[in-house]
Amino acid sequence: MRKFKEFIIEKLVLISGLASIFFVILIFLFLLKEGLALFKFVNPFEFLSGKSWYPISEPPQLGILPLILGSFVVTIGAAVISIPIGVACALYISEIAPGKIKEALKGGIELLAAIPSVVLGFIGMVTLVPWVKSVFNLPTGLTALSGSIMLAFMAMPTIVSVAEDALYSVPKSYKEGALALGATHWQTIWRVMLPAASSGILAAVMLGIGRVIGETMAVMMITGNSAVIPKVLFSNLFGFAQPVRTMTATIAAEMGEAVVGSEHYFALFAIGIVLFVISFAINVTADLFLHREHKKV
Amino acid sequence: MRNPKRSEKIAFFFLFLATLLIVVPVGLIVVIIAVKGLPAINWQFLSDIPRQGMRAGGIFPAIVGTVYLVSGAIIFALPIGLLAAIYLSEYAKENFLNRIIKLSIVNLAGVPSVVYGLFGLALFVVFFKFGASILSGSLTLGIMILPIIITTSREALESVPQSFREVSLSLGASKWQTIRQVVLPNAIPGVITGTILGLGRAAGETAPILFTVAAFYLPQLPKSIFDQAMALPYHLYVISTQVPNVDEKIRYGTALVLLVLVLFMNLVAIVIRYKFRKKKKW
Amino acid sequence: MVKFNINNLDIWFGDLQVLKSVSMKIMRNEILSVIGPANSGKTTFIRMLNRMNDLQSNFKMTGSVKLEQENINKLDVENLRKRVGMVFALPLPLPLSIFDNVAYGVKMHGLKNKSATSDVVERSLKQAYLWDEVKDRLGESAFKLSGGQQQRLCIARTLAVEPEVILFDEPCSGLDPISTAKVEDAMLKLKVNYTIVLVTNNVKQAARVGDRTAFFLSGELIELDNTDKIFTAPSDQRTDGYIRGKFG
Repeated sequence: MRKFKEFIIEKLVLISGLASIFFVILIFLFLLKEGLALFKFVNPFEFLSGKSWYPISEPPQLGILPLILGSFVVTIGAAVISIPIGVACALYISEIAPGKIKEALKGGIELLAAIPSVVLGFIGMVTLVPWVKSVFNLPTGLTALSGSIMLAFMAMPTIVSVAEDALYSVPKSYKEGALALGATHWQTIWRVMLPAASSGILAAVMLGIGRVIGETMAVMMITGNSAVIPKVLFSNLFGFAQPVRTMTATIAAEMGEAVVGSEHYFALFAIGIVLFVISFAINVTADLFLHREHKKV
Repeated sequence: MRNPKRSEKIAFFFLFLATLLIVVPVGLIVVIIAVKGLPAINWQFLSDIPRQGMRAGGIFPAIVGTVYLVSGAIIFALPIGLLAAIYLSEYAKENFLNRIIKLSIVNLAGVPSVVYGLFGLALFVVFFKFGASILSGSLTLGIMILPIIITTSREALESVPQSFREVSLSLGASKWQTIRQVVLPNAIPGVITGTILGLGRAAGETAPILFTVAAFYLPQLPKSIFDQAMALPYHLYVISTQVPNVDEKIRYGTALVLLVLVLFMNLVAIVIRYKFRKKKKW
Repeated sequence: MVKFNINNLDIWFGDLQVLKSVSMKIMRNEILSVIGPANSGKTTFIRMLNRMNDLQSNFKMTGSVKLEQENINKLDVENLRKRVGMVFALPLPLPLSIFDNVAYGVKMHGLKNKSATSDVVERSLKQAYLWDEVKDRLGESAFKLSGGQQQRLCIARTLAVEPEVILFDEPCSGLDPISTAKVEDAMLKLKVNYTIVLVTNNVKQAARVGDRTAFFLSGELIELDNTDKIFTAPSDQRTDGYIRGKFG
């Protein structure tokens, strides 16, 4: 009797183990089910490269290039800000901060990671947006720039903690060897530890960017939601000083109005497929880098 | 060659600056919300329904809705997540299938929250015909927090020394007896930490619940899992962007309640984790 | 009278062969000392007898090991491990009270009655010569005991399930001489009712305690004979070399 009970439990354990594969596949399947239906009406190339997104016009124009570029611009901006600052902070916490301060800092970073994105979007709306408007003298502060700054904030905890893990797993002998040869702490960090931790840091950056691309609420609340291809001019800070709309914000803002089964509905799912594929690619690559890092050591 | 000590001082200064650049704004954000939101917090705010098109009154239905959603999410995610973690920690060998499982977990963790919303809509609301409901929302959130539960539970299980398992097995106990009597009890604090972190995440998410459960305005509380519900994150979004002329302190107050809820849960989880590490008898 | 019959036992972990063509018999109620330098295969050998090697995923074996005529690979492994108990090199109490540690094995095998369990715990602690030292504090954590006491606790825990054979895998390696003497004493008294196999790095301990002694080197059984003979006039030169400390 005991044996039978154990057999059942072990089968349950195995099934649960497989659950995550099951859910990933399920998510992808359902996205495909609704999203591929779009391509009965629109061809995929036009969808991805079309410059006009007017889903409620008659006939609907469903080109998502402005949205892709919107996501792209905001992500690049966030990356430019968050990568140097994030890696620098990881270095500081990992190598320089003394004991108790280190714990406090790590706690502070965890705190930032825990703040819900809608709260950050709200704060961004009431503080960052007006600030950007006045500092850069713009008609509105709802811009890609504001979005990039806020998203950089949201990416940094991920970058800091994964990079910090990578630095922590650099063998002590590398560091001690360099110091024993007379290098300063900084020289050791710059020439020995950073290169040694490079795949892990790269993974950290990728995961951070993945977080940025996938972010919805904060972006929706501060980038202005204008589905127009950003004009890249010097005068508008290379595209940053204008409103943009990202793929994520589009889905979130329009799904409520799209009729189930309409072309608009399918189009939003198709955007979902694009997002899913992008985040899948980023996650797999980042995981490969992390795996490589572990193997090396 | 430039003085390396000087370069070091400069470099370290910038590193410190970078750290401040992250940490100081976090503090500021919390302070601003607390200072501007506290005036709104009183018993009425927490226990009353929104009135005057949400420009006055309270946020009680949103609090209740969030509680229901989070509870539903954990009822779904904890059993499956814990069993999956047991599989990975105690049964799985280093083979291709298990590499794929681990990759799947990483991927589930990385799926954008709005894509979870789409998925929940397509599967639970439309396909299973649950409609926009607490059931749909909880299940969607549950799948979303599954990776967190699995990863933290697995770490907790793996931190139990292998020697305990060997001793138990050498006395003739079965594998499952060993897990149940020796491994699990010693991993419970870590599992609880992970659960609370998952709860915190589920409480703060908006996008997954946008199309699966969230109601713009619902004066009466939901009576069954097939009802829609209001929720704190969505409510904050609505009163910040969809409803004009809401008193500033109501917005900050709502943000404060949500922030306190999420941060409190994270704090509890961290404290449990810290105490567990200190108390470990081995 | 033969307890274990081992025939042509080869063991691999992955591609590495750890035991080569080992054949021997272990007699009932004897103490068999197993000696040899590091990596001679003696721990792998002893762990074969209660199938603890199964826990490693790249374990492979050929040959047969029989416990009183039954092939141990065909027996229910949990029952086998109840019959063949093991005391490990480091004292390994479970994170439980002294009482619960000793009761753990019998509880897993189904004993629920409280007073029967108490009886078993008392009996086992007495057999391990630990009862007097802990009888007033059975509810305390096992970690509060000294190293030697913890090891005797582990012996009591193993005795509680009433095995037929007890395997000792370098049980005194972390212990001071007095605790070591107590453990050796316990072994000699247990011999009457149990078959004992002792793996040890301490050649003198093997001589003190074992009725017969087996010498392993690089995975092979070199010599197995009465302890007196092994230590005075061994047949193989290598045995002689190891015992005298010329290598190992």
